[in-house]
Formats: sequence, C-alpha cells, structure tokens
Amino acid sequence: MSDDHEIEQTTEGDEPFANPGLPEHEYRLADIDPAVEKATERAISAMFGLAALLMVAFCVAYFTIDRGETFIGYDASNVALGVTLGLGLLLIGIGAIQWAKKLMGDHEIIEYRHTSASSQSDRETVLADIAAGTEESGFGRRRMIRNSLIGALGALGLPTIVLLRDLGPLPGNSPERTVWARGIRVVNDVTGTPIRPSDVQIGQLVNAEPAVFFPQVSAKGKVIPSRFEGVELQDAKAKAAVILVRMLPEDIHPYPQRKDWGVDGILCFSKICTHLGCPISLWEQQTHNLLCPCHQSTFDLANNAKVIFGPAARSLPQLPIGLDGEGYIIATHGFYEPVGPSFWERG
Amino acid sequence: MRFLSARRRHPLAGLVVVLLGLFIAAGVYASLAPSSDASASNSDLVSKGHQIFLVGCATCHGLNGEGTMTSADTNYGPSLVGVGAAAVDFQVGTGRMPLAQPGTQALAKPPQYDEAEIEALAAYIASLGPGPSVPSANYYDVTNATQGQVVNGGELFRTNCTACHNFSGSGGALPRGRFAPPILGVEPKYIYEAMVTGPQQMPVFSDGVMTPEDKRDIIAYLDHLNQQPSYGGAGLGALGATGEGLWGWVVGMTALVAAAIWIGANGARS
Repeated sequence: MSDDHEIEQTTEGDEPFANPGLPEHEYRLADIDPAVEKATERAISAMFGLAALLMVAFCVAYFTIDRGETFIGYDASNVALGVTLGLGLLLIGIGAIQWAKKLMGDHEIIEYRHTSASSQSDRETVLADIAAGTEESGFGRRRMIRNSLIGALGALGLPTIVLLRDLGPLPGNSPERTVWARGIRVVNDVTGTPIRPSDVQIGQLVNAEPAVFFPQVSAKGKVIPSRFEGVELQDAKAKAAVILVRMLPEDIHPYPQRKDWGVDGILCFSKICTHLGCPISLWEQQTHNLLCPCHQSTFDLANNAKVIFGPAARSLPQLPIGLDGEGYIIATHGFYEPVGPSFWERG
Repeated sequence: MRFLSARRRHPLAGLVVVLLGLFIAAGVYASLAPSSDASASNSDLVSKGHQIFLVGCATCHGLNGEGTMTSADTNYGPSLVGVGAAAVDFQVGTGRMPLAQPGTQALAKPPQYDEAEIEALAAYIASLGPGPSVPSANYYDVTNATQGQVVNGGELFRTNCTACHNFSGSGGALPRGRFAPPILGVEPKYIYEAMVTGPQQMPVFSDGVMTPEDKRDIIAYLDHLNQQPSYGGAGLGALGATGEGLWGWVVGMTALVAAAIWIGANGARS
C-alpha cells in the first residue's frame, strides 16, 4: 500500500481524518495466565487482610500506650495511632486500585457524543402542560391575586431581617469607653501587684491592667473581690489592657498638652492595635518602636505612639498617669479616645 | 654597639628588628595576660577583668567602659557603667559579645572566653557602677517546681513573653531584620539574666514588677515546654499557622496531586 493511496482514502470521507478504529485489545498478564491471576488475587487480599490487622493494632495501641510516653521525641501514642490507621487506609486504597487495574474487566467501550437536549416531543409536552396550568390557574388573568401573592412572599423577608436583632445587644457607646478612670491603679497583669516608679527601670515593659479586675484589700484588711467576672471581665479586660514603658526622659517628645501624662519617663499606652485590635507588646527598648505581630504596624512610643509603618491609621491611645498618696502609679483620667480598631460610629 | 651600627643597613636588619619587637610584645603580653587562677581575690579579679576588657572590648565600649560615639553622634558601643555582672555573664557567656562584626543584632555563638575570664570581666564591669549581679543557682533551679508554679509561669509567659518569643518559645521577627531568638533549650541562668538586664531590644523585667519567684516560675514553664514531646508529630519549628500552612499546601498538596497523576498515568500493562 503506497502513501498516495492512503492520502486518497482519508480525503474521501466526511471526517477530515479517517477513523483509525480501536487498537487491538492487549491482554494483561492476569487475563491470560491463571497463575498470575491467582497471585494477584492473593496479593490484593493480603493487603486488605493486613489493613484489617492494622485496624486491630490501632485499637490495641489506643488502650495500651499511656499518654506521655515518647518515641524518638514524639508522643508514642499519637505515633502508633497515626501509623496504624494511616498505613491501614493506604493499604485499602492500594488494594482497591490494584484490583481495578489488574483484575476487573478492562475492555474498551465506545460511547459516542450526542446532544444533551430532550427529544422534541418531550419538550412540546412540557411546554403545553405549563401553558395549560397557567391558563387553568388564571395566574396571568387574576392580577390582583398574583400581585398580592408576590407582596406576601416579599414581606416574608422582613421577619428574617428583624430576627437578626437577636444576635446580641446593641453595643451602644461601649466601644468608646474602657473601665479606666481617674484614680484607678495601674497594676501588673496576671499578678495584680501595684507598681511604683522605682520598680520600673529604663527600658522596662510592663503588661498592665486596671486594679479593678483584681481583688482589693480594704483599709480594714478585708479582701474585696473584683466586681467583674466571667464574660464581662474578659470583655472589659480585653479593652483596658495597657503597656507601661520607661524611657530616658530626654528621648520622649510629647505633644504640649501631654507633657504631664507620664511619670519620670514612664508612659502608658493602650495595648490594643488601632488597626484590627491585636494585643501588642513587641517593644524594642532601644528604638522605642512597638510592633504589632499581626500586620506589622509599628508605633513610636517616644513620639506619642505615632504610626511609623504598617496599615494602622491612628496612633495608640495614651493613658495619662500620675501617682497616688502611697506612691503607686494611677490613671489620672480615662482614655480620651476610643481604644482599638476603628468602627462606623467613630468620628 | 659598633657591631650593631655597622650592620644597621644590612638587608636583614629590618627583619631582625621586627622579630625582636614581636618577641618583646609577646613577652609583655604573656606577663600581663590573665591566667585562669580561680582563687584570685576581688581586686585581682577586677584588674584581670580590666586587662581582658582592654584587649577584647575597649575598641567599641571605650577604655573605661564609657562607650564610644560615631561621628553622626549615635552609639557605636554603649556605655557599660551600671549594666552589672549579669549583663556581662549573659552577653559573653552566650557568645553574643565580643561581636564578630557590627550588624543589626548580636548573634549567639560559641563563647570566646572561658568561665574564669567571664567572671573577671563581670567583676570589672560590676566595679564601674551598681547593676544586677549574676544570680545564684537557687534563683533559677526548677528541678523541684510544682505544677502550680508551672501553671503560674505559663500565664506570665503568655502575657509577657509570647508577643516576641512565640507561644512555643521558638522566637519571632522584629522590625528591620532583627528578631527575638528562640528560647527553648537555653540555660535557665541566661533566661534569668536576660529578664533582669534586657539585652539588646528586649525590655527589662525588674524584680519590683516581676518578682524573682515569678521569674523562676517562667523558667519552670519553659523547662516544662522543653520536656514536652511533640504531640502533633513534626513541629516544623512551631512557628505558627503561616509555616504550617505553607508546608501543607506546597509540599502536602503537591505530593497528593503527584500521587494522583502517577496512579492515573500508570496502567496495568506499564
């Protein structure tokens, strides 16, 4: 058969290229050799059997290995459970694929493409049914009924919207206020110990909270528990968190109206980032920079906590501090501006 | 003398003079260099420390530890007056000082001085002005820590330390290429000294605000973290969601896709 003859054949038909037809079916080793078929069958059932054993081993490991036992630095129980279950699932998967590829029928099947539309008669029947239904119900004719139904369905949305109100109480002016007020001591977070300026060294950072979150000892020596507890405590604490830092007084450049907001180079700022509200205390004592770990907003605490880098738009609010009669650091006023991220109602 | 003056223009004369100078310098150094005699009294220790200081530290920190300024009036080497023995023990003991080269941050490396030399240096710096001293072992010994102390230390750690050093103590990034180092596996003494002295960018945590007992509790918590096995398998540095997500998506998903392609590409006959 010459090349010319071949070309002639292909250009004669409807298709630009002649249908080459299916290649001859190639039999797998397991199809023609019963021994191989038997061996494959045995191998696959061995995989499934091993998987079952591993599942049993998982159960044994679950009950026998104590928590805290280690295996090359890892928790022995977790290693055993993970290895047995993971290997078992892997063996089931490999077995299934081996079964499908080596033993299940693999004869080539041709499925011709055709349009996916329904037959012409089916389509006509459906359209006729719809037209008859519209006619009988009078949906097109009785406009008042139709329009009032549409109105009723639309009004169904109103209760859905109104019920959103139950998602929680309205915030009111709470985003603008913290518990800080004149006279509240600035105390160490966790321990609640009040702070004297002499306790704070140059380059020191104190993660602090208002004293009202901790039990107080009255003049008669009675311990009064905090009036905050539970969720209320968490909410108030999250907003009132501050950091107290001490720098060399000559390094600090306060606004004129903030000249008396610190004590001997000790300044107090909100700990809540003005960008999205992450707590920040990554303070570099030599550069006086405070870095927010979430989005890298950087504030210069020696310069009124101005934003010097990052997405935050506002300076960190500063808390004016002074000393009480016993020489402990107190707030001389609450925050003059809302702490934390911006919100719609904020000016 | 005549013998010398007659040969002073000999081609080898310069070499002889240089060798002689080196011999004298070495002799002087050997007589002045600190010997490692631990039983030296404090004044001996201070003068020995001063000798080491003049050789290894004075270039940046000034001949008397007063610090040096650059022509731009910024600190080249800070003043060491009042930093205390604890700062020396931390900086030199962890190899951060002497600096290998100026840079954004002094890095920990194998210490360049032995214990006796560090003790002498610390004694000299402590003599310049009052500062925190090297803590004795009972301040940071946590072998008998109770569970309550570990819990208290954990709370203090999460409030005061995790911002920079990460919730698992594996460190984190700071502005302009600086970083907070990982603190797992660090000797308890150095952790205590770091809290007291506030090395480099780290803030100070004075005893008045964070009592020695609180500091010891933090060390007890870190000791607890050190001993904890990795419950979730490979920790990937415990750097947080970014590192783990990157690993999961890039390595894990790629491996899964490759496995799926491989299964599809290989038939029963190949």
